[in-house]
Amino acid sequence: MAYDRFVSHRAAVVSVFIMATLVIFVALSPFTARYGVNESVQAPPNYFLSPRANAWLGTDDIGRDLYSRLIYGVRVSLIIGIFSGLISVAIGCLIGSVAGFRGGRFDDVVMRVTDLFLAFPFLVTLLVMRNMIGGISWLKPVTGELNSVRFIIVLFAIFGWMGVARIVRGQVLALKEREFIEAARAVGASRWYIVRRHLLPNSIGPIMVALTFSVVSAIISESTLAFFGYGPQAGDGATSLGILVGQAKGAVNTGFWHLALFPCLTLVVIALCINFIGDALRDATDPRLQRDA
Amino acid sequence: MLRYVLRRLAWAIPTLIFVTFLVYIALRIGTDPVASYKRINPRATKAKIAQYIEVNGLDPNYVRGYFRWLGNFVTLDWPRSIKGSREVWPQLKDALANTIRLGVAASSVGIVIGLGLGVFAALRPGGRRDVAVNTAAFVGISIPPYVSAILFQLLFAVYWSRWFGSTLFPTSGVYPPGQLGFDLGLMLKHMVLPTFVVAIQIIAVYSRYMRSSLLDVLNSEYMRTARSKGISEARVLFRHGLRNALIPVVTIAALDVGAIVGGLIITENVFSYPGMGKYFLSAFGEGDFPLLMPWMVIIVASTLFFNLLADISYAWLDPRIRLA
Amino acid sequence: MSAPVLEIRDLTVTFTTPLGPLAAVRGIDLDVRAGEMLAVVGESGSGKSVSFLAAMGLLPKTATITGSVLLDGRQLVGASSKELRAVRGQLMSMIFQDPLSALNPVHRVGDQIAEMLQAHQKLSDKAAKARSVDLLEIVGIPQSGDRALQYPHEFSGGMRQRVVIAIAIANSPKVLIADEPTTALDVTVQAQILEVIQKVQKQFGTAVVLITHDLGVVARVCERVNVMYAGRVVERAEIGDIFDAPSHPYTRGLLASLPQAGVERLSPIAGFPPNMLRPPAGCAFRARCPHAVAECGETLPTLRQIGASHSACIRAEEVLTSS
Repeated sequence: MAYDRFVSHRAAVVSVFIMATLVIFVALSPFTARYGVNESVQAPPNYFLSPRANAWLGTDDIGRDLYSRLIYGVRVSLIIGIFSGLISVAIGCLIGSVAGFRGGRFDDVVMRVTDLFLAFPFLVTLLVMRNMIGGISWLKPVTGELNSVRFIIVLFAIFGWMGVARIVRGQVLALKEREFIEAARAVGASRWYIVRRHLLPNSIGPIMVALTFSVVSAIISESTLAFFGYGPQAGDGATSLGILVGQAKGAVNTGFWHLALFPCLTLVVIALCINFIGDALRDATDPRLQRDA
Repeated sequence: MLRYVLRRLAWAIPTLIFVTFLVYIALRIGTDPVASYKRINPRATKAKIAQYIEVNGLDPNYVRGYFRWLGNFVTLDWPRSIKGSREVWPQLKDALANTIRLGVAASSVGIVIGLGLGVFAALRPGGRRDVAVNTAAFVGISIPPYVSAILFQLLFAVYWSRWFGSTLFPTSGVYPPGQLGFDLGLMLKHMVLPTFVVAIQIIAVYSRYMRSSLLDVLNSEYMRTARSKGISEARVLFRHGLRNALIPVVTIAALDVGAIVGGLIITENVFSYPGMGKYFLSAFGEGDFPLLMPWMVIIVASTLFFNLLADISYAWLDPRIRLA
Repeated sequence: MSAPVLEIRDLTVTFTTPLGPLAAVRGIDLDVRAGEMLAVVGESGSGKSVSFLAAMGLLPKTATITGSVLLDGRQLVGASSKELRAVRGQLMSMIFQDPLSALNPVHRVGDQIAEMLQAHQKLSDKAAKARSVDLLEIVGIPQSGDRALQYPHEFSGGMRQRVVIAIAIANSPKVLIADEPTTALDVTVQAQILEVIQKVQKQFGTAVVLITHDLGVVARVCERVNVMYAGRVVERAEIGDIFDAPSHPYTRGLLASLPQAGVERLSPIAGFPPNMLRPPAGCAFRARCPHAVAECGETLPTLRQIGASHSACIRAEEVLTSS
């Protein structure tokens, strides 16, 4: 039934197809890309070429094919988005469900802390936290180097769980008073059992919604960081969607529209698709709508 | 009510101190102030370095160092920037003024249009206008501010001049280079594009909030009671519908200021607008501790302020909360 | 016999739904006499609320209304919004089931009454406020001066319903429609509210239409009863006749299903109300009626006089004589 409601959102269905196509394309990247990520299209002069037969989307400042770089870049960004999204959701579910279920001081503390963090300008907190975590040397084994992809994933996970935790907490609070929870308690189920078997499975809807928004938020944040030069340097000329969009800034002044347009367009399309999917998921799993048979 | 406000205000001071303490720690670990100083001033003497450490409260002990810094800060004895020993306050003041101007302009435009569109859409849910507004809002949310900033720059600066010969709206700075003194017309012209970019985000978010809130209210029973009184439809909509629909919107609005500021920072950077955003990014990039700390204090204070404002306005608007 | 202040003739209300047209009211005739307390009884889905919402013009645009509703000589069906607004709250008011959701939570109670007053009378703010306090006193709220400054959530359920009544009678309307006013309240409070309604009826000479599914409530206060089923009026009688000599099988079934002291098993009416998306031909009660015969399914029965009552059953005589 939720499936029916989801499918009735045409934009979301289209988005699913687009994203699926994109993911397949990107996953098969050695085959779908035309050149290597650091490979020049032809002998010089090969820079800033506009779209043409041997470089579908044009070339960048040192002659690399934008189309291929875009594929590799999207791959990196999707990896960052998906992994940090999954980790955020895992942590967020844990903390959020405990906070909602136990209430009391733990809940209060969690709420105030997340309130405060979420109220600050996002970029500022991101940059400050990034440097701070990067500066703590004993964290390095976990996080990797400051500029690595792993670091960014850890950073976003450290942030992302807060939004997810609030959503899960809200859902748990709403479910806590329902009778089937009381029944479980009356039968002697442990609190952990209740959370695991009853609360979380009934929160799948909001959790999925939280996941999609985590992913899209990570992808956009990564691109924002890269735009300002704080993004991941994946080594060997490897690139991310954010880095490619960052190069768009210079492209405006030099007037090479293809360098600005295509990465931006890709980013916007990805964000739009994931947002549509998340919105449709939210409508499809809305508990208020579930009451009519 | 008054007691509630006073109680919250009383909590605000310790919270402010605690949060700035955390910021202090984060900046010390993250930007390594001493190393940055040495990098910018490679020929600094040991004495100068020691003075820099003392004036900025960079003791090895974080707690003692923080309170030393706090003491200097509160007595308005602010250390100078690491670059050329420039004073902090003049720079900060200008940046703050510019950002406030931009923020107020963008917020006014954005909120008014956003709320209006939300009402417009909610009055005929599911209809064509509703779908149009929703989709537009969606697209607005999905485009990060710097993308729209870049696209606008492309459009107005590069292509407009290519097609029409001159730039319609300037794309950088507050004034053209070389301008001295105050000129309202020029300032406004420079503000148009950045305001618009930030306003897009605001419009997208607020129209959706308003629409969903108003829809909830329109389906409430007291709307039917209001109509059964025989009062005009306009009065029903404004005194009963909007008045109730605004409550959740206002609370979210006050909390959302952080997001608006975030959008401002990014937009300022793209348009080379000399506001708080640009100030922060250049200071942060250089690891300029004396520039960063006052900036942080302003941000923390305004965030706490808006949180408080949100709580107060929520209590003021919704009498059910007041007695709790 | 006084002239009817509200005259409904052949009223039909059809809703356009995604599943097709839904005939909520299928042609009813009904009179409300000045100053009387009239009951309209029926189960959920019988069309009792919808009929009067239609008369007030409070139905959504998906509703198509035909027929005639004359209030004090004015035709309400097809009237312009301006005309309807002049009538609502002035000549005819309505109170609803749940007083908490019926009152705006962010406005003071006194202001909500004053709004009703100032919508139809030229009163200064001060005068309106004073009159609101008076009205609160009339409906039996103590310390009305202080209470007028409070918000709905500060009142108990019964008190809130009194406030709702105060709003409804503020302009001394000719007709007050009370749609299940006591259903959401405790039994003890129910009695109080009915008393308030009666008091108001006598003091202002307002005719009251009491819409309810609770026959016990009807027995206390009403003079005449209309019984509705599946969008039609199936019986109309004086209060005594309804209970002593019901002339429609549905009314009989309703009375029989009331819990009685000393009787162990409940006897509900078998079956379910019909689906109004596809109303059955002929009498809608046929499937559940112990007296049904073949002719019942042929044409839609109309109300006909039988004794002092009216019944929409072609076998009303047999129904009367069977015990």
